[in-house]
Amino acid sequence: MTRFTAAARTAVTHRLFWPAAVLAVLVLGNVAFTPNFLHIEVRNGHLYGSLIDILRLGAPLVVVSLGMTVVIATRGIDLSVGSTIAISGALACLVISDSGDQNSVGGVLVAVGLALALSLVLGLWNGFLVAGIGIQPIIATLILMVGGRGIAQLITDGQIITINSDPYELIGGGYLATFPFSVLVAVVMIALTAFLARRTALGVLIEATGGNAEASRLAGIRARGIMVMVYLFCGLCAGIAGLMISSNVHSADGNNAGLWYELDAILAVVIGGTSLGGGRFSLGGTVLGALIIQALSTTVYTVGIPPETTMLFKAVVVTVVCLIQSPAFRAKVFGRRPRPTPTTPAEPAKIEVPA
Amino acid sequence: MTTMPVRSRWRPQERHIPVLATLGLLALMYGLGSLRYIGFNDPQIILNVFIDNAFILVVAVGMTFVILTGGIDLSVGSVVALTTMLTAVLLERAHWPVPLVILTGLLAGAALGFGMGCIIHFFEIQPFIVTLAGMFLARGICYAISTSSIPINDPFWTYMGTSLKFGSLKVTWSVLISVAVVIIAALVLAFTKLGRDAYAVGGNPQSALLMGLPVGRTRIAVYTISGLCSALGGVLFTFYLPSGNSLHAIGMELTVIAAVVIGGTLLTGGTGYVWGTMLGVLSLGLIQTIITFEGTLSSWWTKMVIGILLFVFILLQRLIAARSPRPR
Repeated sequence: MTRFTAAARTAVTHRLFWPAAVLAVLVLGNVAFTPNFLHIEVRNGHLYGSLIDILRLGAPLVVVSLGMTVVIATRGIDLSVGSTIAISGALACLVISDSGDQNSVGGVLVAVGLALALSLVLGLWNGFLVAGIGIQPIIATLILMVGGRGIAQLITDGQIITINSDPYELIGGGYLATFPFSVLVAVVMIALTAFLARRTALGVLIEATGGNAEASRLAGIRARGIMVMVYLFCGLCAGIAGLMISSNVHSADGNNAGLWYELDAILAVVIGGTSLGGGRFSLGGTVLGALIIQALSTTVYTVGIPPETTMLFKAVVVTVVCLIQSPAFRAKVFGRRPRPTPTTPAEPAKIEVPA
Repeated sequence: MTTMPVRSRWRPQERHIPVLATLGLLALMYGLGSLRYIGFNDPQIILNVFIDNAFILVVAVGMTFVILTGGIDLSVGSVVALTTMLTAVLLERAHWPVPLVILTGLLAGAALGFGMGCIIHFFEIQPFIVTLAGMFLARGICYAISTSSIPINDPFWTYMGTSLKFGSLKVTWSVLISVAVVIIAALVLAFTKLGRDAYAVGGNPQSALLMGLPVGRTRIAVYTISGLCSALGGVLFTFYLPSGNSLHAIGMELTVIAAVVIGGTLLTGGTGYVWGTMLGVLSLGLIQTIITFEGTLSSWWTKMVIGILLFVFILLQRLIAARSPRPR
């Protein structure tokens, strides 16, 4: 009995417990409304089912959230991902629509390459502003968030570019070996990020930079390089998501593509248990968080709630998850002591360091 | 700093430079516009900028309070939409008397701001996330009330929408209200305890707490003020565009934050003026006017110019911060 309660307590205090529990509740709630919700079948060699839909539609958000996680881990934030999504999709669609044969694989590869290269440039710009000039991340990326929409509309000339290209459609809406291609891309990105962050020293360096940039610099870490790198990575992730989104709808809309994605991505990261204060980060939590957000939207549609109220649900779920994760809330409501881990990483280095 | 010898030449104080830069930019844009376009030097052009941006100005004043304390309020655009929706529904569907409708709208905004302030303070969750949830909540309530646009046909709104004439110049009541809000806010920030506390909390919350200042009360107060200002902005919005619509003011929080930053308020908190915010709002409005006058430029240039302006002003702030002897 005591062993059971001890095990239960370890499970509850595990930092992936609450996100996983929320996701489970969402899925179970769906099962109650639509009994065949968990049903997955293979049709025409493709996987079909509500769960697959959640994964497929959630793939862009998962990818963006991965990039956002490492940025937030360095105590930064990237508000420009939505604009980057729009720009990347717009450029790819423009290149494809301008090429003679929209179905040529080479042309699509060139388009994808150009779009991803531009996303990297945008990430570099953010990184330069944050690490090079030392602008607060939230403002530095606000510049691109506002200006980027203009750039995207400039690329599409204010129109919606519609394309009809089979190779390009594969990225967001196609299937490879029965699996949706976008889910495979997301899985590869997760594996790659997890490998780089947890099997090399990079993760520790990122956490050190986020914990205290100045201290990590004194410890010999090139904090600036790390920061530029995370913004580059975030730009790349947003670029990939932009390709998925525009490919899924066969068009690029400079105005509305990726609108509010930055907010959803930040929510996914926070729901996943990564603190906006920087330092520690949880990739698994982020993936769960992104899936929660997608599951929420899907639930609203399958249960038959008017889709306009999705935002209301999001607000409630976000508030509940954040409150549960807030040590101050737990201490006040449940009367427990806050966990001994320092939740507010002591004031950022204001101490003068003798040179 | 205060005991410096009397200078022979007047030099602006460093904390005033961003505001003066915005003023210079505004003068430059107006001057160039007057040279380039016929009819641009009409004073009515400036008044039109006020008329078109009165609601943004009021919302930006509330945002200035929040940003001064080092916080941020992403919910303002949604609160504006919610207020237009509440106003329209209470007037056209429930037929409440006008004063009660306006009062209810203002109270709803203030209450939402108060709630967010309490969560931010008591449960120590980042303002970014709390106000993001508030943004979803307010927008969600809008959609829950109605997904279609509800026109307002009340005679009072028709009256508030018509312009007042002073000779050949025209203004609306909204302009007068927004200017009054700016003046009141400037006085509150400069001369009341709440205003000075807001600067202190933004400068360094730890020190403010150690000095015995009511940090929590100040924080909750600024979010309440921001909620109230957003609601008032929503009411002014209905004067400008007499309808309630869940799609009103989408993305407005960005415009407002951009205006506050261009107006010289540091997003880290502690420095800034309401006057600067007003100049920031006017700058954004004037850009729009110029692009309209130019005629051949597409609307998306507005966004790019705002982006570039943001960059220039943030760079300017960095340079000033780097020059000043105080540590960040």
